[in-house]
Amino acid sequence: MSARPTAWALFVTFFQIAVSGFGGTLPFARRTLVDRRGWLSAEDFTETLSLCQTLPGPNVVNMSIVVGARACGWVGSVCAFAGLVGTPVVVVITLGLLYNRFGGLGVVRHALVGLGASASGLVVATAGRMAEPLLRSRAAVAAPFILAAFAAVALLRLPLPWVLIVLGPLSIAVVWVWRRRA
Amino acid sequence: MKTSDTLVALAVQFTSLSLVAFGGANAVIPEIHRQAVDAHHWMTNEDFTALFAIAQAAPGPNFLVTTLVGWKAAGLPGALVATAAMCGPSCVLTFWVAKAWDKYRETAWRSAIGAGLAPVTVGFVCSSAFVLVRAADTGWRLVAVSAASAAVAYFTRVNPLWCLLAAGALGIVGLLS
Repeated sequence: MSARPTAWALFVTFFQIAVSGFGGTLPFARRTLVDRRGWLSAEDFTETLSLCQTLPGPNVVNMSIVVGARACGWVGSVCAFAGLVGTPVVVVITLGLLYNRFGGLGVVRHALVGLGASASGLVVATAGRMAEPLLRSRAAVAAPFILAAFAAVALLRLPLPWVLIVLGPLSIAVVWVWRRRA
Repeated sequence: MKTSDTLVALAVQFTSLSLVAFGGANAVIPEIHRQAVDAHHWMTNEDFTALFAIAQAAPGPNFLVTTLVGWKAAGLPGALVATAAMCGPSCVLTFWVAKAWDKYRETAWRSAIGAGLAPVTVGFVCSSAFVLVRAADTGWRLVAVSAASAAVAYFTRVNPLWCLLAAGALGIVGLLS
């Protein structure tokens, strides 16, 4: 980290990331933290992201916690988190109120039907982009677990925590053995 | 159900989801949908799709759909409880693990955990896509909108907001119903 940001700078920066991050904040987080502020190098960012992805919870939220903690301890984490989440929470609740008030109107319903279809398509693309590198580098050990997790949650509708508790350790063990052999 | 019962149910549900949401909120969408629509009847399928779309279109992290689910279930207290429950446990965990992480960065077991959880997470995100598409696409025109959005987001670097705006506009002029 080139410059040690203050708690206030953390709050302001993550606020900027939040309000510019339409349809996903990660690209904006990278641009802001690496290119504009220079708080993280490109390698640092990728590594921090892999930490945030390994842990449960929203990735960008985890990133605010880690970046904040490295700069100013838990105060930094709280400030970065508040900057990232505070305003968007107010915005979505306002939108929710509007939906309750006007959601029955034809024009709003029609718009939301289109938005919903598009938003679900975006998640299809996210799934594809996440699956692609795994299938490319280690399809034999990854594909069975992708399919098993999909079948258990989407088709059988089993509770997700149980699926994770069973498949997670199994998949880790398979990767471990596979890497030993390779 | 009494409001206090709903708040407890929200807190329990999202606290446990917080700790299994590897890969972010998109991975636990099927579970949120199952609880909110099928188990607790807090909302209809159509409501869920609309709230998810609102959360996607609004600025900020995508996990804010949990805020809206909480709000729909129990008003403002529900929104705050759901948001805090979704973030709290994973944030505390992240804070402590981040310190240890810097220490064990190079170890084989650390990277095996990440590599092993990845395909399961991808399977969950695929499930989310499946659940959302099934809930949203009630006719062939909507299937086409989903497919077009997926293709644009997968193959290009266009800001996804444009897909959402275009789909909303198509809906408003009545081409989708």
